[in-house]
Amino acid sequence: MTTTKSAAVVSLALTAMLGLTACANTSGDSGSGDGGGETISVNAFSVMEAANEPVFTDFEATPEGEGDTFETSYGASGDQSRAVEAGADADVVHYSLETDITRLVDDGLVAKDWKDNATDGIATSSVVVFVVRKGNPDNISTWDDLIKPGVDIITPNPGSSGSARWNILAAWAHISGAGGSEADAKDFLTSLLGNTIALPGSGREATTAFTDGSGDVLLSYENEAILAKQSGADVDYVVPPDTLLIQNPAAVTEDASADAQDFLDFMTTPEAQADYAQSGFRPVVDGVDVGEVDGANDPSDPFPAPDTLYTIDDEFGGWGEAADKYFGDGEDGNPLGIITELQQTTGKEGEE
Amino acid sequence: MSNALLDEAGTSAPAPPTNPSRVRRRRRATPRSTLTRGAGLGLGIALLWFSLLVLIPLATVVGVAASGGVGRFFSVLANDQTWAAVTLTVTQAALVTLINVVMGTVIAWVLVRDHFPGKALLNVVIDVPFALPTIVAGLVLLTLYGPNSPLGLQLAFTPSAVTLALAFVTLPFIVRTVQPVLEELDHDVEEAAASLGASRGVIVRRVILPSLTPAIAAGAALSFARAISEYGSLVLLSGNRPFQTEVVSVRVLTFIENGNTASAAAVATVMLVVALLVIVALDLVQRRVSRRG
Repeated sequence: MTTTKSAAVVSLALTAMLGLTACANTSGDSGSGDGGGETISVNAFSVMEAANEPVFTDFEATPEGEGDTFETSYGASGDQSRAVEAGADADVVHYSLETDITRLVDDGLVAKDWKDNATDGIATSSVVVFVVRKGNPDNISTWDDLIKPGVDIITPNPGSSGSARWNILAAWAHISGAGGSEADAKDFLTSLLGNTIALPGSGREATTAFTDGSGDVLLSYENEAILAKQSGADVDYVVPPDTLLIQNPAAVTEDASADAQDFLDFMTTPEAQADYAQSGFRPVVDGVDVGEVDGANDPSDPFPAPDTLYTIDDEFGGWGEAADKYFGDGEDGNPLGIITELQQTTGKEGEE
Repeated sequence: MSNALLDEAGTSAPAPPTNPSRVRRRRRATPRSTLTRGAGLGLGIALLWFSLLVLIPLATVVGVAASGGVGRFFSVLANDQTWAAVTLTVTQAALVTLINVVMGTVIAWVLVRDHFPGKALLNVVIDVPFALPTIVAGLVLLTLYGPNSPLGLQLAFTPSAVTLALAFVTLPFIVRTVQPVLEELDHDVEEAAASLGASRGVIVRRVILPSLTPAIAAGAALSFARAISEYGSLVLLSGNRPFQTEVVSVRVLTFIENGNTASAAAVATVMLVVALLVIVALDLVQRRVSRRG
């Protein structure tokens, strides 16, 4: 309630400001409608910036996409979603995790049935992997190797970065998925967090810190690892035998045009999925001719299936349940999340 | 020019001081305000601009925070992790400000009083921390003080990394506030003091420092305020580990990521109050010194 009120104050202030500049801005909006093509506004998380380009090009070559142009906005998933909630223009939204779309559903900006399609609303996917130094000098191959004494871990901050939460839940699933109790999983996470030397703000920043020489292992996403290798980073990566499937959802907003819906549908076609695969994303549909993926461990077999692949829905009951249960901040009636609590206890132990 | 001035002075001299002879002036003046129409317009524009940019957003933050009552502030600060972040940030900002007071003044002194090759270049380079995007600053510092440090200094992911990053981004403040004052400072006064037998130490303490104090205090206030709000240069370099290197801005971001705007606003308000207290305190110091001087 209070946020709505304050949002009103801010928008009032903004309107006043716009009023001042309105006279200077009248000539700007007359350019649309040329050739029947639409401008599709895509609002997505940072990693998609490079990955989307070939998909845009291929879509513009289809009958549905002919004459369409794209307007893009990229940034941290949570920030992007909050910007759209606050009124930023968006036709197609594509985020790192489901809670960022749920935010827009709650706000009435995205239809409630957005998951009713062949891929359950998922547009791209990846898995949690370990990025290690070239040649894997510490011989890290399983989750249990991470909690050995002396292994320095870097993982993005699950507090400030939503996508970092995939990594932490993957570690949790390693215990709970194998039948371990909650106490076992807590113990494992405590050791893992105890070995963690840095929690940079985002996935990309964590990669930067790692490629710069810090840490022995970086918890990251397969696409991020492939991208790092594509751009020449001197690292290897390991797909652990059991890991968590990362699923990035996409949706159209309520007032988006038919062309935006066409593009959303196109994103999950084998053609677009092959484009995304080149950027390191695992296809979300069958029948995709992936071809060779530069930067993958084995470019001709870029996406080997792990022995066990956990999903957020099966292992954690979906993000709707997991977000609060594991990452709640314990303020203001929010539950104190299990991971938040573990971070506090491990942090205090480290302090003493 | 001088003739005109003399003429004007001559004609206005006989008139009583409260009633200027020039009719144009009297018509313009409003009865109860000393503001001319131009000055009033200026003040109006300044206030409007200031309100849109600063007052309204700040009032909103405080309003959101206060909507949960005073208890919200205590409950937010009662969280150990948040409290650790607040204390780390405030102590580091204070430490860095102290460092800047000394180093900034020294740099300003060197730039104004000494002559050496490369001085002009140094004078320009001082502003680089302002110009550099802070995330780039963090990256550069990580390369320099990370595990592959060419300097052999490994400070990354320790509280010292926080000090380092804050010192980097706040360096120019005191240099740039002290420099112009030092340039204007009259050499004759120092020479007079010296001719009266004052030692170099006494001259610095009794003559130079009192005139620099207002500038130093102003720069220190800017430096402190900037330091407690820093985010960009720290996200890479500090490691953001709770209780050890996590600063307030990262905490605030965590609250926002959890959709907890009210707690984020409460922490922000607390920091706002801290900044305000420090600015007021520095202002008092400055007044006291300038009164004595």
